[in-house]
Amino acid sequence: MPRRLLRNAEIVFDEWRYVAEAAADAAAPLIVTLAQWQLEPDTWLARGTPLGLVLSPAHRVEQIAADLEHFALIGAEFSGPGEGRGYTQARQLREQWSFGGELRATGYVRRDQLFFMARCGFNSFELPDADIEEGYMAFTTFTAAYQPSNDSGLAQKLRNTLALPRSSAITAYRAAE
Amino acid sequence: MYRYDITDKTLVRQRVAQFRDQTQRFLNGSLSEDEFKLLRLRNGLYIQRHAPMLRIAIPYGLLATRQLRTLAKIARDYDRRYGHFTTRQNIQFNWPKLEQVPDILAELAEVEMHAIQTSGNCIRNVTSDHLAGITPDELEDPRPWCEIIRQWSTFHPEFTYLPRKFKIAVTGAPQDRAASLVHDVGVHIVRGPSGELGFEILAGGGLGRTPIIGEVVREFLPREHLLSYLTAILRVYNLEGRRDNLTKARIKILVRSLGIEEFRRRVETEWQLLSDEDLRIDDAQVARMQSFFNPPDYLTLPNIAPESGREPAFRAWYRYNTTAHKVAGYRAVFISLKKPGVPPGDVTDAQMDLIADLADRYSFGEVRVTHTQNLLLGDVEQSKAYELWQQLRGAGLATPNIGTLTDIICCPGLDFCSLANAGSIEVAKLINERFDDYDYIYDLGEIDVKMSGCMNACGHHHVGNIGILGVDKGGEEWYQITIGGAAGADASLGSVIGPSVPKAQVAETIERLLEVYVEQRDSEERFLDTVRRLGIKPFKERVYAAPLAA
Repeated sequence: MPRRLLRNAEIVFDEWRYVAEAAADAAAPLIVTLAQWQLEPDTWLARGTPLGLVLSPAHRVEQIAADLEHFALIGAEFSGPGEGRGYTQARQLREQWSFGGELRATGYVRRDQLFFMARCGFNSFELPDADIEEGYMAFTTFTAAYQPSNDSGLAQKLRNTLALPRSSAITAYRAAE
Repeated sequence: MYRYDITDKTLVRQRVAQFRDQTQRFLNGSLSEDEFKLLRLRNGLYIQRHAPMLRIAIPYGLLATRQLRTLAKIARDYDRRYGHFTTRQNIQFNWPKLEQVPDILAELAEVEMHAIQTSGNCIRNVTSDHLAGITPDELEDPRPWCEIIRQWSTFHPEFTYLPRKFKIAVTGAPQDRAASLVHDVGVHIVRGPSGELGFEILAGGGLGRTPIIGEVVREFLPREHLLSYLTAILRVYNLEGRRDNLTKARIKILVRSLGIEEFRRRVETEWQLLSDEDLRIDDAQVARMQSFFNPPDYLTLPNIAPESGREPAFRAWYRYNTTAHKVAGYRAVFISLKKPGVPPGDVTDAQMDLIADLADRYSFGEVRVTHTQNLLLGDVEQSKAYELWQQLRGAGLATPNIGTLTDIICCPGLDFCSLANAGSIEVAKLINERFDDYDYIYDLGEIDVKMSGCMNACGHHHVGNIGILGVDKGGEEWYQITIGGAAGADASLGSVIGPSVPKAQVAETIERLLEVYVEQRDSEERFLDTVRRLGIKPFKERVYAAPLAA
């Protein structure tokens, strides 16, 4: 059974494979870890499929900034329920490095985090089955927010969104009233 | 005060719905205890010794009377008819039922209140000067900035899963009445090089196991950059703060291990990278927020001396429990929640209702919570002070002890808190019993006693002129005493005088410390200044020279 994902608020089957899953599926897009990438980048590039890379919480976005052009997907791993570095990684990728590809939350990802994750710029989520069916509702838990957001998931669009003066929430929603 | 608009209202109502759903999922078993813990903590809900404890945010300590009446109703309907005000200007209820918490939150939402981020590893309720807007020594009212920070930090998508809790205090006067130097971030309104108002930003202060005084990260920040600069600080902390060890996870440990110069460099670097325009606060936004905090309709009144010709009890109360107001004819009036025999900071539902009535009648319908666990009516006509006092006295709310020895700051301690090593309420009671002579208490002058039941330091013992820390010694409750701490603009950490003492000897120990002070002080010198001048040696010698009586 292929993995199911929530991507752009829809449940989809994941076409991507991690290295351990890739043996039987040589043509599938492949997700490598930072260590795997750094060890033999040429091997992965030679594969000729789209590539993704997953960051651990302790990794810094700067470590892959120079290589970003090779990746259609970046994952951020959440090592447990209290882990929070991935939120910053996502914002930095979207805002400082203009990453426009799929930004995926992996590891401990539950519906109660989705609203925050999406606003930081994640647009795909590896959720446990118990959460995936109702997970999409988490995006509308709150219909307003006080901070500027990356939840379009697209870096280009994001830049435009951020150009709006929405500081401290005082203006945007007032304008909408 | 700030009034919710449709966005604010929508958010708190949606939060209630979200928490109701989370509570149901926990109760039906689809959320584990550990998973639910992280969610409920971000909503101020602890599981404590007796029952859940619910902490409700009172942003920068400001309450409208309809809000206070709702708190009274909650105390009556869901708790045991009382609430406890904390050192961070919040209120706690000790006896709610878990399954009723969503209903409590729904009632709060109707009066523009919530429990969002009052616990958990996130940005906590922002605190401020309880005399904001009325004190003569103020550069600018800090509350509009507090509200801007409150909104910006509420459900912040990036900073809701920090390494540890994060507390911000804002002050607008040279006198620091918000203990901002022992906050993760202190924001001080100051004048810049050309006389314009902006902020001095401090970071890395904190109490707990490792007490540290905050250091200056930036001497002057133009005001439009406040939120982007806070974002940079939080981002450096979120990425680099320790997550492997709970006791080393606060920003103070990061600041200390990097050193303030390196920490500053990283913050400034991150700040340069941040897209600032979306967080910039323009003058119109500031003006709009300030408009919520416009002064009430003061009357044109002369300054008078309402105590002249009155009985000594009123004169003492007026001297100790009221303070100067910037508008002639007005006075700020403290409501002491430090009556002997009552746990410090506790107030009953009937008292809350009465205080709300009095605030409506005498103080433009607003009540303030102080970080010293008292309440304050900010705008009382001097000519009405006497009748106000009579009514407060009738309700046990006029103990004339503000700023004195018996105005003790105290955490809930072992009686309620599952973290505590030792009781604190009982010790406060013993101190009150020993020092019941007001002539002596007044002669001692300004002195603050702060007590915590454990290392977490909720009672701020490190920055008490006299600090008392509960420790567990082979299953018994003992107390370590420090002297020389201070929480204001000249903040300092107290020094331990020596071995801890058992509960029955705490009051005797304090009496000996005070003896030394009375003998050695220079005329008007405060206890704190005598300790600073002499060091702890003479105090220590006196305390341990002869066996302490139980």
